[in-house]
This record gives sequence, C-alpha cells and structure tokens, in this order.
Amino acid sequence: MEIVVASAVGVLTAGGVYLLLRLRTFPVILGLALLSYAVNVFIFASGRLAIDQSPILSKYGEASYTDPLPQALVLTAIVISFGMTAVLVMIGLASYLEADTDRVDLDAAAEGEDA
Amino acid sequence: MHWIILPVVLPAMLAPLIGFVMRHDIVLARTASVAGTVALLAVALGLFGMAADGATHVYRLGDWPAPFGIVLVLDRLSALMVLLTATLALLVLIHAIATGWDARGKHFHALFQFQLMGICGAFLTGDVFNMFVFFEVLLIASYGLMIHSGGRARMQAGLQYVVMNLAGSTLFLFALGTLYASTGTLNIADIGRVVATIPPEEAALVRVAAMLLMIVFAVKAALFPVQFWLPGTYANAPAPVAALFAIMTKVGAYAILRVHTVSFGPGIEGTEDLAATWLFPAAIITIAIGAFGVLGARRLMPLIAFSVLGSMGTLLIALAAFTPEATSAGLYYLVHSTFAAACLFLVADLVVRRRAGDTLTPRPPTVQNGLFAALFFAAAIGMAGMPPLSGFLGKLLVLDALRAPGTIGWAWTAVLAGSLVTILGFARAGSVLFWKSTATPAPETDTPVAAAARPLEVAPAMAGLAVLALLAVFAGPLSSYLQDTAAQLYDRAGYTTAVLTPETEG
Repeated sequence: MEIVVASAVGVLTAGGVYLLLRLRTFPVILGLALLSYAVNVFIFASGRLAIDQSPILSKYGEASYTDPLPQALVLTAIVISFGMTAVLVMIGLASYLEADTDRVDLDAAAEGEDA
Repeated sequence: MHWIILPVVLPAMLAPLIGFVMRHDIVLARTASVAGTVALLAVALGLFGMAADGATHVYRLGDWPAPFGIVLVLDRLSALMVLLTATLALLVLIHAIATGWDARGKHFHALFQFQLMGICGAFLTGDVFNMFVFFEVLLIASYGLMIHSGGRARMQAGLQYVVMNLAGSTLFLFALGTLYASTGTLNIADIGRVVATIPPEEAALVRVAAMLLMIVFAVKAALFPVQFWLPGTYANAPAPVAALFAIMTKVGAYAILRVHTVSFGPGIEGTEDLAATWLFPAAIITIAIGAFGVLGARRLMPLIAFSVLGSMGTLLIALAAFTPEATSAGLYYLVHSTFAAACLFLVADLVVRRRAGDTLTPRPPTVQNGLFAALFFAAAIGMAGMPPLSGFLGKLLVLDALRAPGTIGWAWTAVLAGSLVTILGFARAGSVLFWKSTATPAPETDTPVAAAARPLEVAPAMAGLAVLALLAVFAGPLSSYLQDTAAQLYDRAGYTTAVLTPETEG
C-alpha cells in the first residue's frame, strides 16, 4: 500500500516536472496538472494511510478512525488547482492567438518590442 | 472585535458587485472602487490604532478554538502591513483612473479589489493553509491584472508568470503536506509549539517542510535563485499594476518573517539555523543581480524592475539576521521600498506614454520635461538610497543593524556597492531620458503632440514622494514603533498564548 502510493506520487511528480520544463504551452499545462495530482495524493497520504475507516470519531466505542483534515485540505487543493488550470488554459490560448506561437519562453524579438 | 475580518470581507463583497453589477458603467465602478479603497484605508487606520497598544488580537472564525478553527491574528506587524497595502492601493487606484488604464480592458476594478482581499488576508491570517488560500486569491487576481489590456509581449510574460506561480503553489502544497504529516497542525502558533518539543535529531522532516516553505515564499519575494520571473513580469505589466505589485514581493518577505520567527524561529533548536544559513547568501546575490540589471537595462521598465529586485535583496539581508534590531531596520526599509518602487513605476508610466516606447535612447523632449525629470530624480534617489529621502535612512538602519563580525564584510560590501551601481544606472537612465532629449531636435512630422499631464495624473506620484519625505521626517517615532513591532514579533510565547488560549468571554 505504502509503496504504491509513494511511487504514484514520485512518478506523477517526475512526469510533471519533465513536462513543465518543455517549451510549449500544452505540455506545460499537462505537467502542471500532473503535479497537482501528485500533490493531492501526497496531501491525502499526509494524514497516514488507513483502509476502510471512517473519518469520524465514534462515541460508542474505541473504533479507530482516519484523519479527516487532509481530506478537507485536499478538497480545497483540488478546487483551487482545477480553477487555476482553467485560467492557465485561457491565458495560454490568448497568448497563442496573440503571438502565433505557443512557446513559453520569450524570444529575443518579443523582448525588444514594446508592450 | 469583528473589525479584524473587515479588510478581507469588504473587498470580497465589493469585487463581485463591481464585476457583475457595474461592469458596463465605468464611472460607477470607479466610484465604488475608490469608495471601497478609502473605506479599507479607514479600517486599516483603525486596526493600526487597535494594535498599537501591543496586544495580540485574535479573531476566531466561527468561534472555534485555535488549533481546530482558523484564526486571524492582528498584531503590530499585520496592522502595519495592512495599512501599507491600503495606502498604496489608494495611490495606485487614483493613478489608474486618472490615466485611463482601468478602461483599457475589462474588470480592472473587480480584480483590483480581489487582489486587495488576498493581500490583506495573507497579512492577517494565523494559519498556513489559510495563507495558501489567500495567496491563491491574490495570485489569481494578479494574473488578470497582469494581462490587463493585452498585447503580445504582455500575454507571453503573463503566461510565464502564471506557470511560475502555479509551480510555486504546488510546492506550497507539498510543504504543507510534509508539515502536517510531521507536526499534525497547520496553525502558525501551534506549529511553533509542536516543533519546539521535537528533539533536533528527529527534526529532519520538519526541516524539509520549513525549507520548502522558505523556497515558496522566496518565489514570491523574488529571491535568488527563483528571482527570474520578476523583471519580465514587472516590465511587461501595466504600470499601475506593477506599482501595486510592489506590495506583492513584500507578501513573500512578510511570510518568511512571520513563519520563520513564530513557527521555526530563533530558540527552536530543530529549525532555527535554516533561514539564516540560506537567506543571507541568497539575499546578497539578489542585490548583485538587481544592481547589474539596473546598470545593464536598455529599457526603462526593466530597469525599475531590477531596482525592485535589488531592494528585495537589501530587505531580506536585514531580515536574514533574525534579530529584533535588524528586523526593525528591515521593516523600515520595507515600508520605504514599497513606496519608492511604486513611485518609480507611476512616474515612468507618465513619461513612457508621452514617448514612443520606453527604450533608453535620446528622443525629442516630451511636454513637461522638467516636471517629469524632477519627479523621476526624486523617486530615483529614494530608490537608490541617497539623502534626503527615506531610502538613505533605511539603508543606514540596515547597515547599522548588521554589524556582527561574520556578516559585516559581506553585508556592507553588498549594500554599499549595490547602491553605487544602482545610482550609476539611474543617473545614466535619467540623463538619457531627460537631458540628452533636450539636445535632440524634434522631428518635422505632424504626429500629434501628447497631452500634458493633468494635475490628477501627477498627484499620486507626488503623494508617494511626499510619503517618502514624511517617512524621513518622522523616522524617529516610526522606528521606535517598528522596534516595538519587532519585539512583539520575537515574543513567541506572547503570540502563542494569545492564539492558543481559549477565549473566556463570548
């Protein structure tokens, strides 16, 4: 269980970083999406891994429970990263339509011009 | 007691109202935005007065006790930062309205208010996850403001800015996950309490989390080696937005200061050496990059952006010492450099729109060449740290605070040499822009001459310069207030007790 979660986070992060370092908008967006999946799993695991347990205390006995806080945190993180990805897609699209290229780095020609 | 949440709620209520109801009526939107910002300034002044007694005021959202619920904390430092934000916002807003920047694209005022909400929230919160959320609020508003009015270079620079900050946000979440896994809490005061009980040899995971957090805040504060987004962003953003962004780098500096004193600060064995070890050399390199950038810039906006970078280096070199004296000097410089950078961007905006572009080449003089030259001169000596404006006093205080044997050589050399190179860069830019232009004959074309600046357009820049002068005149009372602020910041027991003690009365 631990090895599966840990390697999932690792592989997603590695893939995300690799794609993030590409020079075109689309791979960069995919890379950021992979990174946000990785971090979501990571946060989820930060409350310790537990199977088949409810995130609430039972008042009827010594039932064990799983930490509810990371689940709340991960929900916030998912919502934010979802919204941010949408914004990024829009800005990437606008940048592509404006500049006729989807390169992320500023080329020398654009640097010399005025805004 | 509900006043503490007002700097967050007021812009948060106003922004959607402006965005949805007033989007077709620019006059109405301007009125509402100015009224909201004036009200924010009034609230900030009230909070400043409330915090001046030295008590740490805690606002429990939903009245849940501290480590379980989210708290907002108002102490002298937060009150000072909120007041700084509100003052700067009002100047920038008036400039944007007077010069018509706000009408060049949609939703300027709504985004502006959301931006204020995020910044004030980040200054007031007492919980690191809540800080992440406010960072996202201020970032998503800043994405919109950054690409306001569009254009090819601006869209491309905006894309880079967004990608950079999204990567930073992901790192922030990794840091928070690690922190929660190792301490079991995300309340700033409670983290400090837990970390203090962890023996140093078992603190490896906490150290990783503290270091990740510092990298995240360093991205915001534009500290070497993650400073590279700043020149492109600031140089391509609309000038009033760049002036407002002068406070955004300070959000990063504030976060480093808050988290690395209260949570991982001096006196906590496991993590106390982290910030000082890494922050100090990084700040020195940041000063060097800023200074060389100012000297090498071929356009006016990147030049100012690099000078902002240099000022962040000077600020963080003071904060890196993590002593109350150095921190109070750093806070004085923080207030000063915010206004100095904003002034420079506002003056540059007035000049650049009357010239063909912002390249540093002699062009025929613009209208009111003398006035703009005087304003630019004043703002530049403020930024470079020459008397009589507050930049000189700020750097003097920083130098005076950094007299420990190990640091004095590096710190004094970096600050003094950096200032010299910055002065050279500004002197060169100013003489090309304003003096050599008088020797350039006007071309015999019938292009329309740009209109002279109306008093309202010049007023915000002048008001900003007046603030710099006032900072210099009232340096005595201000620095004694800042010493109290720093003393309160380093009183970790006081902060922790105030936050974690359950409130007795309703």
